[in-house]
Amino acid sequence: MAKRPEPVQVVKQRRDAVLQSLVEGVPYIQFMGIHFDRRGDELTGVMPYADKLIGNPMLPALHGGATAAFLEVTAIIELTWSSLWVRMEAGEEIDISSHRLPKTIDFSVDYLRSGLPRDAYARARVNRSGRRYASVHVEAWQDNRTRLFAQATGHFLMPQKDD
Amino acid sequence: MSDETDRKTLIAKQFIGALPHAKELGMTIVDVGEGTATITMPYDEKLIGDPETGVIHGGAVSALMDTCCGAAVMAHPAALGGTATIDLRIDYMRPATPAQTISTTATCYHVTRSVAFVRAVAVDSDADRPVATATGAFTVEGAA
Repeated sequence: MAKRPEPVQVVKQRRDAVLQSLVEGVPYIQFMGIHFDRRGDELTGVMPYADKLIGNPMLPALHGGATAAFLEVTAIIELTWSSLWVRMEAGEEIDISSHRLPKTIDFSVDYLRSGLPRDAYARARVNRSGRRYASVHVEAWQDNRTRLFAQATGHFLMPQKDD
Repeated sequence: MSDETDRKTLIAKQFIGALPHAKELGMTIVDVGEGTATITMPYDEKLIGDPETGVIHGGAVSALMDTCCGAAVMAHPAALGGTATIDLRIDYMRPATPAQTISTTATCYHVTRSVAFVRAVAVDSDADRPVATATGAFTVEGAA
């Protein structure tokens, strides 16, 4: 006989707890003010506008480095999240504090238009996730989902069991 | 040091003071030449990307690389105005040692009327082993 599905709030609570501990554990993500919206397994990174993120005060425009950092944070969180998904859905207790994050090997950013002094959003797609290496693409936009202001591809070294 | 270099150094120092994000990360311009710049960023706990080891986040290194490459472009005689990043690729060679200042030097190795090609290298106290390298293309503005 099939197992009864878990109540929806139990599933949501478990997913949100994993995501929250993943994001809150990293000081730099807090410093940048980045948080994540979750719909099922889909994550959207959100970087609310802050004056400290400005690079060119004359335009004004977001600092290219802040944009790069936002893309890289989104890529790492998505990669970690998707690698934990199966275990999480199986109901396994996941201790994030003992879980190592993927390490960036390289990260290549295209700046498509200048970042406006507005909130920014980003979504990452894991194109390949092997035992050792992963390749992730990430896109960022502001007011219009179809008008990207930056995109990036990065390669990552996955945490190994004996790390 | 020529008057021209003095002037560039002054401009570059004002430039970083005027960049809120660079200021927020504690960046300091330590040297500027014709198409080159060196910028340091001190270690700070708020920049930690890996709480286990205390290693700073790659994003903070990206911000330093981007700022330094931009400063090198602005310090180039052919660039009269500002600059914007077209693309920037960063290779992370090793984790930066926690508690050490990171120093980045960027060089414009080719500049056309509209594009500057820039390379940068970041080191910590162990200057013989780079923490990261970057290559990027930047706009050249103010040219006819």
